[in-house]
Amino acid sequence: MPYKNFKNGVIRMNAEKAMEKILDSYPAKVMKNRKKHMLIKKSDEKQEITANTRTIPGIITNRGCCYAGCKGVVVGPLIDMVHIVHGPIGCSYYTWNTRRNKGKATRGEKNFLHYCFSTDMQESDIVFGGEKKLRQAIKEAVEIFKPEAITISATCPVGLIGDDIHTVAAEAEKEYGIKVVAFSCEGYKGVSQSAGHHIANNGLMKHIIGTGNDEKIPYSINLLGEYNIGGDEWEISRILTKIGYNIISTMTGNGSYERLKNAHNADLNLVQCHRSINYVADMIEKKYGTPWLKVNFIGIQSTIETLRNMAKYFGDEDLIKRTEEVIAEELADIKDEMEYYRNMCSGKTAMLFVGGSRAHHYQDLFKDLGIETVLAGYEFAHRDDYEGRDVLPHIQIDADSRNIEELHVEKDEKRYRLYLSPEKLEQLKKEMPLSNYEGLIKASKENTVIIDDLNHFETEEFIKALKPDVFGSGIKDKYVIQKMGVFSKQMHSYDYSGPYAGFKGAVNFARDISAGIFTPAWSYVVPPWKKEPLLEASMVEKEVG
Amino acid sequence: MLELTPKEISKRKALTINPAKTCQPIGAMYAALGIHKCLPHSHGSQGCCSYHRMHLTRHYRDPIMASTSSFTEGAAVFGGKPNLQTAIKNVFNIYKPDVIAINTTCLSETIGDDIPSIIQSTDIPEGKYVIHANTPSYVGSHITGFSNMVKAMVSYFSEKEENVLTKKVNIIPGFVEPSDMREIKRIAKIMGLDIIMFPDTSGVLDTPNTGKFIMYPDGGTTVEELKATGMSRATIALGKFASEQAAYELEKKCNVTPYVLKSPVGIKATDELIMKMASLTGKEIPYELEEERGQLVDLMIDIHQHYSGKKVAIFGDPDITISMTEFAISLGMKPIYVITGTPGKDFDDIVTKMLEDAGIEGKVKSAGDLFELHQWIKNEPVDLLIGNTYGKYISKAENIPLVRVGFPILDRVGHTYLPTVGYKGAIRIIEKISSALLDKFDRECADEDFELVM
Repeated sequence: MPYKNFKNGVIRMNAEKAMEKILDSYPAKVMKNRKKHMLIKKSDEKQEITANTRTIPGIITNRGCCYAGCKGVVVGPLIDMVHIVHGPIGCSYYTWNTRRNKGKATRGEKNFLHYCFSTDMQESDIVFGGEKKLRQAIKEAVEIFKPEAITISATCPVGLIGDDIHTVAAEAEKEYGIKVVAFSCEGYKGVSQSAGHHIANNGLMKHIIGTGNDEKIPYSINLLGEYNIGGDEWEISRILTKIGYNIISTMTGNGSYERLKNAHNADLNLVQCHRSINYVADMIEKKYGTPWLKVNFIGIQSTIETLRNMAKYFGDEDLIKRTEEVIAEELADIKDEMEYYRNMCSGKTAMLFVGGSRAHHYQDLFKDLGIETVLAGYEFAHRDDYEGRDVLPHIQIDADSRNIEELHVEKDEKRYRLYLSPEKLEQLKKEMPLSNYEGLIKASKENTVIIDDLNHFETEEFIKALKPDVFGSGIKDKYVIQKMGVFSKQMHSYDYSGPYAGFKGAVNFARDISAGIFTPAWSYVVPPWKKEPLLEASMVEKEVG
Repeated sequence: MLELTPKEISKRKALTINPAKTCQPIGAMYAALGIHKCLPHSHGSQGCCSYHRMHLTRHYRDPIMASTSSFTEGAAVFGGKPNLQTAIKNVFNIYKPDVIAINTTCLSETIGDDIPSIIQSTDIPEGKYVIHANTPSYVGSHITGFSNMVKAMVSYFSEKEENVLTKKVNIIPGFVEPSDMREIKRIAKIMGLDIIMFPDTSGVLDTPNTGKFIMYPDGGTTVEELKATGMSRATIALGKFASEQAAYELEKKCNVTPYVLKSPVGIKATDELIMKMASLTGKEIPYELEEERGQLVDLMIDIHQHYSGKKVAIFGDPDITISMTEFAISLGMKPIYVITGTPGKDFDDIVTKMLEDAGIEGKVKSAGDLFELHQWIKNEPVDLLIGNTYGKYISKAENIPLVRVGFPILDRVGHTYLPTVGYKGAIRIIEKISSALLDKFDRECADEDFELVM
């Protein structure tokens, strides 16, 4: 469409101008650094981006820390473990019920999600060491709650004062006969939450996955990198169960220690958030032979594609048929509502700045609504999340990444199993993203601004330049954006709505986006007396004059 | 809900469960936002700044701007000096505040970064200021952090010129809402008292939507005002835990007479504030305030039957909790459990005396947690909970209504615009208490007991 191309060209021009203005405003060193973190998509070029490097001190970044990624994102959602945070009170407090990783016990597990456990380190613990207090805290947790498993997450001072939390964990495991896993996820490690995801997943891989003895079941899958925000996992599970799949475990939303132990039993791993989990998927494949499929349950078309890929992988005629039936049923259910919202939203534009996967996933859902994404960025992604996994061998490991342990796993001779022959697998890899992810850049439209670790100043400038109708981001910039007159949708918490995954989730999202863009409140921002002259007043003035 | 909490109370020495406090830096960040054109800066890992901004944003539903030193492992090992110096330079260059207010974290405190010497060795642009407060997360609570940052405002800014004494009175409002600060300023104006309020987050964290984002809104105490606090004739510090430290520092530094009062929540604490103001102006208390007070008393008499004799658990930050307990007693309620997460024996002493004077047998605990409060309630229930949003889990578990007062309130609105301090604030609290109790009754009573008029 000529109109679209024209619009696209204008967006490009405005984006280029904004980028220039931003870089010009920066001190030289900042300019040099930030320049490499942004680009405008050009299909005919192989584009590189810098990512997963340090944020410059003083820059108002949206990034959090290693602990946030480990305890806050990956470990915290496991419902049946007592998650003890070893440190001063704040870190435990801030991860208490603040992410929306919902969870429900289904195997009779205990559910600790509404509890917050901390050693609340005091000055004397910092001076004399905190191991004794940690040991005592574990003892108290065991006596009060009798959990099956405990995690210990370290906060900044723990590493500095040299508390050996791993030894404490090993001793406690022996003493109480339960699983105790420690994570050295001090906030200063790595450059963002991403380091924490890695540390957490390594721990789960090393200590939990493969320790269960459940019997194998058919059509079984693990859902990796799905955190059940707003109940997404429940909606995905509903669809998958309806088709006939069996979900063994989810990492980690609505996940549990009990279920995770048996993750090695799956026939296929689904990877939703590539950033936070791809290495676990790789390790499981290497150790147990389970291949992984990059999926996206956000968006109607992407959900359909994912379901078809899954059915094709299993290759079972009944399953393929059932998949199509379910897709048809679900589509019929949502058709009218989606059409209604699509009519409202079509032609609008969006900016997305989220985590390490959602800026890609939600483009698909926006597309279903006729909304075009003009800027997409990640808070803590790596180059492969932007450029695709082909770039992996070329990524230089810097000092910050080197400190994050790389696990090396070996084939588990007893449990290694191939669901498909290597030949069949190779063939399927040509047809679907099996053990592969092509990244955000490829998925984005021509002229989309792609930006890494977007900061406050850049957010403001790009909003002024691109004037989106909706900006999907987080709580820290939500009200900045809305003060600027643009609807901001929280993509980490869904503004306490959801689920947004799958078919029914798409309708929820469509309803919320429409409500946000069209809420009558926007029409009141400018008072009526600033829109039209106050005739009476001026007449009175004249009379007096 | 919370069904894993046992009724039997076991003594805990090391494990805090469901805390009633958080760490120092967030309080310091909030205080610093009450300085005009100030950007709070968190000297530590990125996560600290992120968590504090997140939490404050959720409570105030307004932009919370702050920067961070973005520590990495290298900085943790070799010290955060280069990070802080780079940060100061970048912040003045890019975000252009008048003041950078640095708070430390457990990380930078543990490695022992010497902030004053780092500031001294950094080029600060002409007319700009960098101040700091040490806020180790392993000491005290967010209230301690607030107090430390307010004290830093005095240490860095307050000035005394020989023989200069203005007519002004300083008011340190404590860790309260922008709405509360506005209300205290309104009361002072009616009283004819010329004040400098610091910090003052009204006009910073309760800003209107105009279609424009303004990084440094009009509100906040200006540097000029902060300097002038040293020449005021008195300081009224509201809340012992959040405000007294700065008032004493002002006395020490500039010889300004301190008056430490309770946070003006409830009728008695508000009376005390107004009488103190009157003693400083030497003028009659205007009828306007007497009228407001009379309205409050009228309501207290007219609907006392809604809440009289009800048992209540009060929890939250020490200053607000102390005053709220006093007010509950004034209302004829029975605060049988009163806890704060913030450590401090003064809290236990003050509240215990209040309960004793009122002839109420209750449990009082500083450095307590909500897990223990819940266990107390399981052993002897209460009719009402008064405290912050975290009480909602106990509320649901035990079917006890919760009146949200204090920090944080993450799931309801109103607190940033409608005060809980002063006589008007007291009326608002009564409205909430009465509604909470009656709503529960209406929802649960038998049809034949369901009444139109109550």
